[in-house]
Amino acid sequence: MSPLAKLLEAALFAASRPLTFEELAALDPEAGEAAVRGALEEVQRAFATDDHGVELVEIAEGWQFLTRREYAEAVSRAGIAQRARRLSAAALEALAIVAYRQPVGRLEIEEIRGVDSGAVLDKLVERGLVEVVTRGDGLGRPLLYGTTPGFLEILGLRDLGELPRLEELSVALRPPAPAEPE
Amino acid sequence: MTASLVQNESGFVVELEQFSGPLDLLLHLIREDELDITDLPIAKVADQFLLVISELGLNQAADYLEMAARLLRLKVQMLLPRRIGDDEWEDPRAELVRRLLEYQQIRELVDWLARAAARRAEQFVRGYAPEPEPLPAAPLAIDLNDLLGAAERVIALIPEPILHRVVPRPLDVDGATARIQELLATREEFGWLDIVGERAGIVELLSAFIALLELARRGALSVGQPRAFAPIVIRRESPREAA
Repeated sequence: MSPLAKLLEAALFAASRPLTFEELAALDPEAGEAAVRGALEEVQRAFATDDHGVELVEIAEGWQFLTRREYAEAVSRAGIAQRARRLSAAALEALAIVAYRQPVGRLEIEEIRGVDSGAVLDKLVERGLVEVVTRGDGLGRPLLYGTTPGFLEILGLRDLGELPRLEELSVALRPPAPAEPE
Repeated sequence: MTASLVQNESGFVVELEQFSGPLDLLLHLIREDELDITDLPIAKVADQFLLVISELGLNQAADYLEMAARLLRLKVQMLLPRRIGDDEWEDPRAELVRRLLEYQQIRELVDWLARAAARRAEQFVRGYAPEPEPLPAAPLAIDLNDLLGAAERVIALIPEPILHRVVPRPLDVDGATARIQELLATREEFGWLDIVGERAGIVELLSAFIALLELARRGALSVGQPRAFAPIVIRRESPREAA
């Protein structure tokens, strides 16, 4: 590997969170953007081909080493690491609504779900998957929520663009269009 | 179909695992009977919904009750007669259908998110740290005395309402006049406190004050004060001077 690739590998190994491209590029201010990209690919390729137990994954708008899937069972059975707890259906519903409607207030989430959602939202905030991003203009200036990088991390997404597009769902529902005059 | 459901003694629904809400239950019923969501047989759905929530004990949960009421209202609205070919007629079910479709879309996304999360959970990051256990709501440990004490503290904080009870308190001006005249008979000069004493009530004070003014008006005495805030001095006047 090139010296730059090895530098990136060291930084990615040291970090316990995904490193953004900007953070990685800042490691060597001399290197251009293209060189950093090339070096990242070099690291990724090295770990993809050389029979490693870990791989370099693009996740949550950054890069991170993750263990390979095939070792999950053995590693977790040994009690060295545990799979993340599954989210409840209620939490996932609220999460889906926040992801697609952000910034969105509690009332809108409750309208769509048809149930009180305050507690579920609090839990998502507590788990760092959702955060208050702004306040609405409505009555009482309601808190509006959006997803966090932690949301992308637990789903293994690069960015929100990787979420399914609404048109791809079997029930594609678009915001109600204004009635067309006949 | 089993609902994991815990009811405490008062019948309060504390946990519902089977359905994440009334819309979820409704979708379940629709799917089970393979009903057309855009042309819902409301009467049938409403009856089934009511049956299921009472079977599952959900008929105490407000969200489910609200939906039950909505369905019953729609059922009635669908029974109302309408003219054939009435273009103005708005399907009362439209709003419910829109919400159901929207919710169905969310459920699809939920499935997608759950799959993505399960797949991601197969990989570990470096420096694994166990997730903190979700904290259960702390049980309310309290005995009767604590509760009563707390209630007392709250009640103590309630400001005492200021109530005015108006009671007639007749002034005894005649009595005060007699008392002042007694003093006049024996002393040339005396003070205000000689009339009312140290612990006079408001009624005595007022009675004495009015008597004093009245006697001063009649010229039986003069009232003076050597300097500001000094004790009031009452002096006997000769009837001759007063005339």
